[in-house]
Amino acid sequence: MRYVIIGGSAAAVGCIEGIRAVDKAGEITLVSREPYPFYGRPLISYLLEGKTTQDKLLAYRPADYEERMGVHALRGVSAVSVDSEKKTVLLEDGRALPYDRLLLATGSNPFVPKMEGLETVENRTSFMTLDDALSLRAMLGEGRDKRVLIVGAGLIGLKCAEGILSLAASIDVVDLAPRILPTTLPEEPAAIVQRQIERAGVRFHLNDSVARFEPGLAHLQSGGEVPFDVLVLCVGVRANTALAQSAGCAVERGIVVDDHMRTSVQGIYAAGDCTVQTDPDTGRLRALAIWPNASMQGETAGRNMAGACEAFDKGIPMNATGFMGLHSISAGVYEGEQLLTHTADTYKLLCVKDNRLVGFILLGNIDRAGIYTALVRERTPLSSIDFDLIRDTPQLMAFSATERAKKLGGGSL
Amino acid sequence: MKRVYVNEKWCLGCHLCEYYCAFANSGKSSMIKALKDHHIVPRIRIEERNNISFAVSCRHCTDPLCVKSCISGALSVVGGAVMIDSGKCVGCCSCIMACPYGALSHNEDGVIQKCELCKKNEFGVPLCVQGCPNKAIVYEER
Repeated sequence: MRYVIIGGSAAAVGCIEGIRAVDKAGEITLVSREPYPFYGRPLISYLLEGKTTQDKLLAYRPADYEERMGVHALRGVSAVSVDSEKKTVLLEDGRALPYDRLLLATGSNPFVPKMEGLETVENRTSFMTLDDALSLRAMLGEGRDKRVLIVGAGLIGLKCAEGILSLAASIDVVDLAPRILPTTLPEEPAAIVQRQIERAGVRFHLNDSVARFEPGLAHLQSGGEVPFDVLVLCVGVRANTALAQSAGCAVERGIVVDDHMRTSVQGIYAAGDCTVQTDPDTGRLRALAIWPNASMQGETAGRNMAGACEAFDKGIPMNATGFMGLHSISAGVYEGEQLLTHTADTYKLLCVKDNRLVGFILLGNIDRAGIYTALVRERTPLSSIDFDLIRDTPQLMAFSATERAKKLGGGSL
Repeated sequence: MKRVYVNEKWCLGCHLCEYYCAFANSGKSSMIKALKDHHIVPRIRIEERNNISFAVSCRHCTDPLCVKSCISGALSVVGGAVMIDSGKCVGCCSCIMACPYGALSHNEDGVIQKCELCKKNEFGVPLCVQGCPNKAIVYEER
């Protein structure tokens, strides 16, 4: 069996491990446009912050990983099209790679909207890849004298802000939305996180956008002006679907996959940020563009490519993040009955609907949050546990004695 | 693979497992040096309520969600055990979000820690099990 994987991040690694769990012998070829070994893209802000080094960042998997897993990696090269009739992938250097099973793990690219005068901004970058982080660091230099403007107050923009706090003279963040982290958090917890980031000196311009750039100056829609030296664009991302389209795969806002990670074209699978999958609760297609899902989708794809028949149906939206020491973990959706507990420095929201925990948000105290995540993911009927107990603190005591015996004494986990 | 298993019927709630864990991972030569006047943050924790108590530590899952969620590659499976390379960890807490047992936590210095079955310290086998006076936790194949 000849496997070809296009992409070099979480879903690709998951796929390699999934294939090798089933098929030790098949030939795996990986095509990645980045010249680096596997690395955790979300680590780039920690790299700038000094919480990790480039060597450690690039050691997401051990140095002998590809050799050990029998992967032939072609790095620093892009795939340009897929011929699903001939079952070949065409590379930019003219080579054609034959495949029996193909994984598209092409991720997403930053989306840059049209903004007047953007071309006059000399020092500008996105913040998605190691190269982005390295070029941002080069633009900032050593003097801590550069004023940075970040467009976009989502996770990427704000992690960038945190990462460069001690490298920049000032940081301004502009977002069209009325609150920060608009797709991750509701208003109240977003405001708590915003205050935390503001205390570190970051200035926000919400409900606002850049009307026009001129060299060194952004004119905002509101009439305000933000002088800057370096511009970071974190407006949003778009799934990379061009290869899937060339292969004839069904594509909506991402590559459409079923719960076995199959695309609409035989022999072609997809996983990670480039995909959309049906949400079992709403029946609508959704993207779950987060690291753990990419990793697990990739693994399911890999196993199925190698002949297994497994479903990935445990995907839920979830995020673990933190800003300036304030940890935050959230999962699921914020619907149904809202059970809120507030203290001076913590925030806890549990959302209950139809006898299930459908979502939660924890700020500050995140101890054992995974016990809540499991309730959301496993759709545990709340009538089967002591909800008052677990509502207070995540704990295994809330489960029945039989369930506890299984969890803590069971042989197969 | 051998794992730490818990039988709550035998647990006395004495918390000795927590003390043995803290000592085993302290690098100190004696329990007194490791524990006296220290606020301990062990990797195994007792849950207790009314007359029930039991210890919780990493289950070393065969399909570990923490490892799949880790963005830095700090968590990995080595010979069946889930191990952590603290040097690679950036403290993003994705593992805390993912673990259904609540078995990963922050240590005294805010770094993520978990049970590594005492494989990295001088004891080599789980000291919590050796310290349990009533065999409520055992280290065996199941």
